Amino acid sequence: MKHTPLYAVHQKLGGKLIEFGGWEMPVQYTSITDEHLAVRKAAGLFDISHMGEALVSGAGAEAFLNQTLTNDVRKLAVGQGQYTLMCNERGGVIDDLYVYRLAAQEYLLIINASRIEADVAWLEKQLAAFPRHTEVRLQNASDALGAVAVQGPRVVEFIDGCFPGSSNGGTSVARVTDLKKNQVASFGFAGDRVWVSRTGYTGEDGFEVVAPGQIIETVWNQLFSAGQTHGLKPAGLGARDTLRTEVCYPLYGHELDEDTTPIEAGVGFFVALDKGEFIGRSVLAEQKAKGPSKKLVAFKMTDRSAPPRPHYPIWSTGPGAAKIGEVASGTQSPSLGIGVGMGYVPPRFARTGTPIEIEIRGKRAPAVVAPKPIYRKPD
Amino acid sequence: MANVPTDLKYAKSHEWVRVAGDVATVGITDHAQHELTDLVFVEVPEVGRTIKAGDVCAVVESVKTASDIYSPVSGVVTAANTLVVADPALVNSDPYTAGWFYKIKLSNPAELNALLSAEQYKAQIGGA
Repeated sequence: MKHTPLYAVHQKLGGKLIEFGGWEMPVQYTSITDEHLAVRKAAGLFDISHMGEALVSGAGAEAFLNQTLTNDVRKLAVGQGQYTLMCNERGGVIDDLYVYRLAAQEYLLIINASRIEADVAWLEKQLAAFPRHTEVRLQNASDALGAVAVQGPRVVEFIDGCFPGSSNGGTSVARVTDLKKNQVASFGFAGDRVWVSRTGYTGEDGFEVVAPGQIIETVWNQLFSAGQTHGLKPAGLGARDTLRTEVCYPLYGHELDEDTTPIEAGVGFFVALDKGEFIGRSVLAEQKAKGPSKKLVAFKMTDRSAPPRPHYPIWSTGPGAAKIGEVASGTQSPSLGIGVGMGYVPPRFARTGTPIEIEIRGKRAPAVVAPKPIYRKPD
Repeated sequence: MANVPTDLKYAKSHEWVRVAGDVATVGITDHAQHELTDLVFVEVPEVGRTIKAGDVCAVVESVKTASDIYSPVSGVVTAANTLVVADPALVNSDPYTAGWFYKIKLSNPAELNALLSAEQYKAQIGGA
């Protein structure tokens, strides 16, 4: 199994280590519930160094990315990022990712840990067939770069002190907290530089920091000690999963795969059908016009029950009740104290309020299709 | 370090048994609750159910996983702890008293001899 540059830190903090996408990662340090609630109420620090990074640069980079990714990269000013997807010709999702425009002709792609090899192979294949391939440089920087996410409402109280001074790349800001949602900037740090974006996978305000692997431990330690007086806890993949499930962010391998389209997954907003030709466009355009045959819904258990889990059958209710789908992600919601999840069902069952049942160990328990996100921040 | 009371018997699969006459109380160990992490759901057997040693008799679920609990002994269930069903966190906070699962009238008390002592169980979980 692969280890991130923060492996020794996780051991020292008593992290409970599990295998995830070929990596040995902390699932929790003390308690998934406590770590989850720390992120909702204060701050949590996550190692996300297992995520992959690809750099795409050159005069042809924008055109190359725009025919390979579903969102429109031309909308990105320098120092901005967007959520996007990479599809095959059938409109199936090869990966979902964030693309940042670091400089006029330089883009950073943050890709899923489990998809690094598949993504890089796909990008290389597409690049070889790209007419202007001599004007594009593709570099897999996944091994050289580490990353951490620091998430939660109180992060703004201490992050400026961790990376002092104004930015020296990307969006021009005087301090980290001047970054707006989806903006990215570089800051001098430890004789090197780090890229900080105002993004995350938790539904909370927060930042993600990408840095060379050899300084990521210094980055972690800086955030960890600065956050101590602001309620920060180290948080593992367990909390990362419950946090993203509550706010209905898809996870590759659960909600997304090569046989599922962004339209079916409910992320059609990130498919720019009007930008011109791109891989998967014709299938996605047709599906958007005619409607997909399955839709990803969020649901909440109606009563107290065992938590729903991936692959549990979803049933319709009443006379003629039948199996209509399968749970993609499911868990006990630490914020709501009930079982929640997402799953694919035929569109006629996708309306909010539709009663459904989740089969848990042979018994069906009542649930209801819920609006996304399942968890909303209290006003 | 996990708490392993000396007055209990233990199963290799991390259940404890407290015997009083011909009735045994069954729960899961401190080590088990720690490994399972925060429990969010507990299912206990119905009163009156006949159970054989080794049967799945209860289910516990954490945020992350579901785990079966196996009965260390055979008999008929005489009581089930509805408090842990209502508040699964009791199993984490108090595994040996408030966090018990069920009481069972032993049909084969000789099975108790096959269970582990506190010392043996401690050795198994690596905490001598």
